[in-house]
Amino acid sequence: MRWTRIKGDQLAAVLVIMPSLALLAIFVYGFIGRTIYISLTDWGQGAALALKPEIHLIGLQNYRDLFAGFLNVRFRQDIVNMVFFTLLFVAASLTTGLFLATLIDQRIRGEALFRTTFLFPMSLSFIVTGTIWRWLFQPRGGVNVLPATVGLPPGGFLWLSSRDQTLQFNWQMLPYYLGVVASVVLAAAVLWLLFRHRHRSALIAAVPAVVVVAWTLSGHAGTCHILPSPEPHGFNLALIGVVIAASWQMSGYTMALYLAGLRTIPDELREAARVDGASQFQMYRYVELPLLTPITWSAIIVLGHIALKIFDLIFAMAGPDNAPTSVPAILMFLTTFRGNELAKGASIAVILLVMVSTLIVPYLVTSLRARSGR
Amino acid sequence: MCQQRAIRCLVYTLLILLAVAYLVPVYMTVVTSLKAPSEINLLTAWNPPARPYWASYSTALKQFAPSLKNSVILAITATLVSAALGSLNGYVLCKWAFPGAGVVLPLIVFGMFIPYQSILVPLFQFMRRIGLYGGLPGLVLVHVVYGLPITTLLFRSFYAEIPDELLGAAFIDGANFLGIYRWIVMPLSGPPFLVVAIWQFTQIWNEFLFAVTLARPASQPITVALANLAGGQAVSWNLPMAGSVLAALPTVVVYVLLGRYFIRGLLAGALKG
Repeated sequence: MRWTRIKGDQLAAVLVIMPSLALLAIFVYGFIGRTIYISLTDWGQGAALALKPEIHLIGLQNYRDLFAGFLNVRFRQDIVNMVFFTLLFVAASLTTGLFLATLIDQRIRGEALFRTTFLFPMSLSFIVTGTIWRWLFQPRGGVNVLPATVGLPPGGFLWLSSRDQTLQFNWQMLPYYLGVVASVVLAAAVLWLLFRHRHRSALIAAVPAVVVVAWTLSGHAGTCHILPSPEPHGFNLALIGVVIAASWQMSGYTMALYLAGLRTIPDELREAARVDGASQFQMYRYVELPLLTPITWSAIIVLGHIALKIFDLIFAMAGPDNAPTSVPAILMFLTTFRGNELAKGASIAVILLVMVSTLIVPYLVTSLRARSGR
Repeated sequence: MCQQRAIRCLVYTLLILLAVAYLVPVYMTVVTSLKAPSEINLLTAWNPPARPYWASYSTALKQFAPSLKNSVILAITATLVSAALGSLNGYVLCKWAFPGAGVVLPLIVFGMFIPYQSILVPLFQFMRRIGLYGGLPGLVLVHVVYGLPITTLLFRSFYAEIPDELLGAAFIDGANFLGIYRWIVMPLSGPPFLVVAIWQFTQIWNEFLFAVTLARPASQPITVALANLAGGQAVSWNLPMAGSVLAALPTVVVYVLLGRYFIRGLLAGALKG
């Protein structure tokens, strides 16, 4: 009797969740599959608007064109922009957020007021933030004339349209640079594992490390050019303004995360450290900071994936056509909806999805597994 | 003791300086929005207006009224529907886990992290095929579907705090799947609903990519209208600034009044509830 009731209820439960699952299956996975398919075709131009377009499968040609084709210089600079923006924005938000949280955690008066001040930009849209900062970064106004209000000469930096570039490198040599980065990362991983006395893992990591280092140093990587002629890319100084605006909006978020973390440290732990004679600074450095490490990791993931996807902020701040501040998310929009090159737009979108997934999937798997294990 | 006092002094100085720096953009927005177009000059941008020019706001309000109305309808409808569905899903996944539910959850949650560019072209075609392209109902549908991962996840983690014994007791008393939801889970859903609703409302009100690709001018939300105005050439800056204030007001008010719940959503959104 009871058994049939449970079965009936179990059936009802599945029926209730089914519509949502079906919608997500179509709108997330079905559409991603369709985008991947489109990216492997030549769909675009005349066929883009046709009712029954004639589409041909052309394999990975679109991807090859984007990374090594003659015409897609802008895509490659956009990728470089995205990487630099992500690194700077995550670093700036983490340090500012940690600093703010540390200050606020000092049992101060008016804590709620300060917290609200630092956190409210979070509730704005990137469009509003972008509009406001567009005004603040006008070349002959805003931030640049701020020194003039106290009698100093005004600044002359073209915040969003500057064409200056630093840290230039040759895209031709990309395999070599990637080899160097991979060598450093793998070598660091091996050393860290040895340091932690996890010899077996170190041995397993050492195999790819040796292969990559050997390949990079052998000279093969240096001569493996992916473009026929040199093509310089680098860090566009115009991105600094975008990083400032984005960190203004999001550093309150890291502050809230760190503050929540600091507040969950049990008082007994602090008391124990105090009894052991730890100074206030030592307490911060050796008790509190290490306990915040997991928060730093999840903040890096969340901020990192926001940075990789950044679109609205740049759209509102500098406009989609401003090349110095462009990123792949914006280029995808222009390519698809203005250029009608659907297949190329889809390829950019897939590249973006792969980058976000490498960040998100490991995090999802570990954090949801840890959660169900609890 | 003296050193202690010096440190506290330093902490307060730093905090006040930082707070001022964070409020600078707000100051500039308000000051510029209250200037007459003729008074706006790049060199005197930092000065307060000689006399507040309220006409910026009445003009902006008139100009943005249709898109503000669209945003209100869109955000409220999509928030309510996605929260209701998320509540049911969370209840099922938390209390009636079926075989394979452990795999289903990460697959659901993945949907909230994807860059929406990666589904945009098929979505665009799909909306045109089913006749929902360009209007508000289509946007509502899109926001409901892509809101399901976060609402489901949030409700599921809240419902984990309801003890199973409570549900078991109701079950023995004869309540079935829907009865338990109606009489036990729903009455306990107030605060979670608030957290989810605030989160969704803010997200949908602030959203831009779907709005700019899937809405015809007549059903544009405020974000698109504001971006179009500020992105145009030869704007007098008092209008975009007044528009920014209008566009920011609903979410800022929600945040100031219900900040506690906003932060809970924020923290849970990082998957560490």
